[in-house]
Amino acid sequence: MLSKFLRLFLWTLVFGLGVQNLLSQDIKPLKIEADGLPAKPSEDTQKAHSVYDYAKLLSPEERRMLETKISKYYDSTSTQIVIATIKKLNDDISLYATEWAHKWGIGQKDKGNGVFILVSKDDHKITIRTGYGVEHLLTDALSRRIIENEIIPYFRQGNFYKGLSNAIDAIIKVMKDEYKNDLPKNQDSGDYIFWIILGIILLIFLLSIFSKGGNSGGGSWRSSGGGPIIFTDSGTSSWGGGSFGGGGSSWGGGFSGGFGGGGFGGGGATGSW
Amino acid sequence: MKKLLGILGFLFVIGFLLYQFFVGFYNTGIEYQENAKTAWSKVESAYQRRADLIPNLVNTVKGYAKHEKETLEAVIKARAAATQTKIDPANITPEQLAKFQQAQQGLSGALSRLLFTVEKYPELKADKHFLELQSQLEGTENRIKVERDRYNDAVNKFNKHIKKFPGNMLSGMFGFKEMARFQSEKGAEKAPKVEF
Repeated sequence: MLSKFLRLFLWTLVFGLGVQNLLSQDIKPLKIEADGLPAKPSEDTQKAHSVYDYAKLLSPEERRMLETKISKYYDSTSTQIVIATIKKLNDDISLYATEWAHKWGIGQKDKGNGVFILVSKDDHKITIRTGYGVEHLLTDALSRRIIENEIIPYFRQGNFYKGLSNAIDAIIKVMKDEYKNDLPKNQDSGDYIFWIILGIILLIFLLSIFSKGGNSGGGSWRSSGGGPIIFTDSGTSSWGGGSFGGGGSSWGGGFSGGFGGGGFGGGGATGSW
Repeated sequence: MKKLLGILGFLFVIGFLLYQFFVGFYNTGIEYQENAKTAWSKVESAYQRRADLIPNLVNTVKGYAKHEKETLEAVIKARAAATQTKIDPANITPEQLAKFQQAQQGLSGALSRLLFTVEKYPELKADKHFLELQSQLEGTENRIKVERDRYNDAVNKFNKHIKKFPGNMLSGMFGFKEMARFQSEKGAEKAPKVEF
C-alpha cells in the first residue's frame, strides 16, 4: 500500500516537472479568465520573460534585448518592469492595465516596485502603470512626459523597439537606486525541500488513517478537508519554481523570483500616437 | 456505563464541530470586514489626493483665467463640501455612503466644468505646470475608480459571507451588519473585451 502511494507520488512529480519545462520555452497565448483579465503566466514563463509581445510589434531579437535590460535592472533593484502588447482593447486602457498588473502581481509585495507598460496596437494607445511603491518617484506627470517625449515620437515612425527601449532607460533613470535587491538568493531550493518533507509527513499521516479501519469516519472527513488542498496548491507552485528548473539566472529575460505580488492602484499615464 | 460514555463522546464531537464552525465563521467574517475597511481607507486616500491637488490647480488656472471667478469658486466650495463629508469605516450605512458619494460627485462636476472652461485659454493649456497638474488629476481619477471597485469587491465578499445560509443565523449574534456599496455611475458597467 505504501509503495503504491509513493510510486504514484514520485511519478506525478517527475512527469509534472518534465511537462512544465517543455512548455516554458515560449510565451503561450493568453487565456482570458472570468474576471476579463489574462491568466497569470506560469512561474517558468515569469522567470524567462518580461516582454509579452502578443501583437508582434517586436522581432525576437528586439524582444530579447529589452528583456535583458529589464532583467539586469531587476537583478540589482528587485524592481519589475513588464511590457505587454495587444492587438485591441475595447475598454479604458488605464483601468484595464491597472487591474492586469495588479492581478499578475508585478513588483515585490512589500515594496510595490512594479511598472507595467501596455501597448494596444490597433487603438494606437500606450499606458504606463505604476505600482503603489513607485508612484512617488515615477509620478503620473513624469509617466506622461516619458510617453510623450520618449515613446510617441518613435511609435509614430513605427519604431516600437526604440520607443520602448527609451522608456525603460527613462524609467530606470527616474527611479535611480531607490530599491535594492535584498531578496534571498536560491530561496526556492529551501522552499521545495520544505514542501517535500511536508508532503511525506502528510502521506504518512494519510496512510496511517487509511490503515486504521475503525476510525474511517473521522479520517475521511479530514482527508477531504484542509490537508491535501494545501499540499497540492503550494506544492505545484514550488515544483514549478524549484531548483530543477535550473534557477532563475540561466533563463535571463525574466525575474528569477517570479512576480513578487506587488499592487497597483491606478497611478500612471496614458497617451496615443 | 458504556452506552453513557458513547453518548457523551457523541455529544462532545457534535459540540466540537459546532464550535469549529462558529469560530471559522466568525474569524472569516472579521477578516473580510477588515479587508473591506482597508479598502475603504484606500478609497478615502484616493479622494483626499484629489482634494489636495485642487488648491494648486485653482491657483494655476487663476493666473491665466481671472474672469472665471465663478467656476473657480464653485470648485473651492465643492472641495470644502467633499472634504467635510467623513465616514466612520466601522459602520458604513447606505445613507452615509450616498451622502459621501454625492459630495464627491459635486466636486467631480465642478472640476469638469473648470477643465471645460480651460479650453478657452490656449496659453493656460500650454502651461507646463498646468499640464502636469492635469495628468496628476487624471491619474487620481483613475485611482479613485480602481479603489472604489476594489472596495465594492471587498464588501461583496463580506456581505455574501454573512448572508449565506447557515452563517446568516449567526451574523446577528456576532454583530455582523451588511456593508454599503458604491452605486455605479451611468455607463460604468461594460465588460472589457481584449484581442491579442
